[in-house]
Amino acid sequence: MQSVGPVTPQSRHFAEPLALQSGARLPAYTLVYETYGTLNDARSNAVLVCHALNASHHVAGTHAGKDKSEGWWDNLVGPGKPLDTNRFFVIGVNNLGSCFGSTGPMHDNPATGRPYGADFPVVTVEDWVDAQARLLDALGIDQLAAVIGGSLGGMQALSWSLRYPDRLRHCIAIATAPNLSAQNIAFNEVARRAIVTDPDFHGGHFYAHGVVPKRGLRVARMIGHITYLSDDAMESKFGRLTRNGGAAATPARYAYSTQDIEFEIESYLRHQGDKFSDYFDANTYLLITRALDYFDPARDHGGDLSVAFAKATCQFQLVSFTTDWRFSPARSREIVKALLDNRHRVSYAEIEAPHGHDAFLLDDARYHGLLRARFDLIANEADAHAAAPKSTGVAA
Amino acid sequence: MSDRKDMEIIAELVPPGSRVLDLGCGNGELLALLRDTRQCTGYGVEIADENVLACTRRGVDAIQLNLEDGLAIFEDQSFDVVLQLDTMQHLRNTERMLRETARVGRIGIVSFPNFAHWPNRVRIATGRMPVTKAMPYEWYDTPNLRVGTYADFEVLARKTGLSVLDSFGIQGGRVVRRLPNLKASVAVFKFQKA
Repeated sequence: MQSVGPVTPQSRHFAEPLALQSGARLPAYTLVYETYGTLNDARSNAVLVCHALNASHHVAGTHAGKDKSEGWWDNLVGPGKPLDTNRFFVIGVNNLGSCFGSTGPMHDNPATGRPYGADFPVVTVEDWVDAQARLLDALGIDQLAAVIGGSLGGMQALSWSLRYPDRLRHCIAIATAPNLSAQNIAFNEVARRAIVTDPDFHGGHFYAHGVVPKRGLRVARMIGHITYLSDDAMESKFGRLTRNGGAAATPARYAYSTQDIEFEIESYLRHQGDKFSDYFDANTYLLITRALDYFDPARDHGGDLSVAFAKATCQFQLVSFTTDWRFSPARSREIVKALLDNRHRVSYAEIEAPHGHDAFLLDDARYHGLLRARFDLIANEADAHAAAPKSTGVAA
Repeated sequence: MSDRKDMEIIAELVPPGSRVLDLGCGNGELLALLRDTRQCTGYGVEIADENVLACTRRGVDAIQLNLEDGLAIFEDQSFDVVLQLDTMQHLRNTERMLRETARVGRIGIVSFPNFAHWPNRVRIATGRMPVTKAMPYEWYDTPNLRVGTYADFEVLARKTGLSVLDSFGIQGGRVVRRLPNLKASVAVFKFQKA
């Protein structure tokens, strides 16, 4: 299938401070984003794609001159793809605190003239959504045809429906949860401790020391990666295969080492960790896992998710994957129940996929078939919006 | 409900503007009909991927759940009408599902193949299991876990504490009110909690 081809990231600076959930203010900031497709005259066909932990604004297409630079959701977004850029104007935004261009801990703190490092304010899903809304203001988009995201991106999509109910017609939340469980937070905390206790972390101000806490980042990524895969997927991919190979009948001799790589799964995790530590920022990892921990829209409503969703007005599509144990189908069903209690329009698909949490990034036929059907409806609706005479607006 | 005529007969039982839950909604055809002709809203519950997809294409909201896991996701009396059409015979826990139907909806409507339809009786009399349009399967490959008759359901309804508001048979796209247990291949019951 076709790709959107080479794309160039854009950026926009916001001079007006952003009030954060913590009470802190981000004095000024820059958001980096990409867009694909064309905004129609009625501005009714915009879709916002929210990214998860380690992704960015680079959702689809490639960056010219770079190998393997496909966007992280290139299998979903493009001409003729389920989120069809021939019909939609798709926007990917890098979130605040990230390390892919938008203002983050490696940028200078205007108060000190030095990188924020650990002093970058804690940002939440709600803060990200507020910043995204300002970008839409700047782009002249009042109402989105849809907001879509998986995992942490799904949380942003849900948050959109609560913070700006009039500004989206559809919320598509995939492999997500209404909040993190104690086990989820526990995994995040192990990852954070790995980073913070790395001697190269220097309390988050490692930039000044010219070092990167790579050991911590590696371990953090290894932990994360275990939770993205299902037990079955890991078993079928690696099983007890050893580095030195050998047939089942005549297995290779163990190295009898406690430090060297013996099993293939170890090799895989170390490889993932190495790759990750080359490009990801340690402070960003701490910030983003914290944003995950804090997301809990029911909290301000006595823990009642149904009350929290009372103010939503858009239509919802929830999707979960049967082998996802990080954000299990039961967590998606909690959201579905809250929406049903409010009589909101909601569809829910539970996709039988072997890959675990990672499934939301893969192109399983049932999963993508469903999203294609959903986006077809949304596109027809956006066309109808474009065809209908505007109820407000200036006289011609 | 594969037959369009049968579906239209069932649709007539649903008051216009109702909030409807269709358990085992299939491809969403009935919910779309109720939406388009009777201004109804609501959801379908389905387990099969292809049916969930078909519902999505129709703009019918489907919730993908296994009915055997119960209806805990739906609150008491949260629907005007709960439909259970051509579904009951596929469920292990028939009695619990009926109770749940009456809990979640103010009115329940069920339909199922009537095993006592006379051609079935004749077939049984020859010593063989019936294979008909309403029950097109051989005994060894049928997905139907439960086979019952129009008369059997009247007994079960009483036992389950349901009061039957209306009941009839459907045969060849027509309502059968005289001797439905003998003359109809499909049994239809409309009920509420007693």
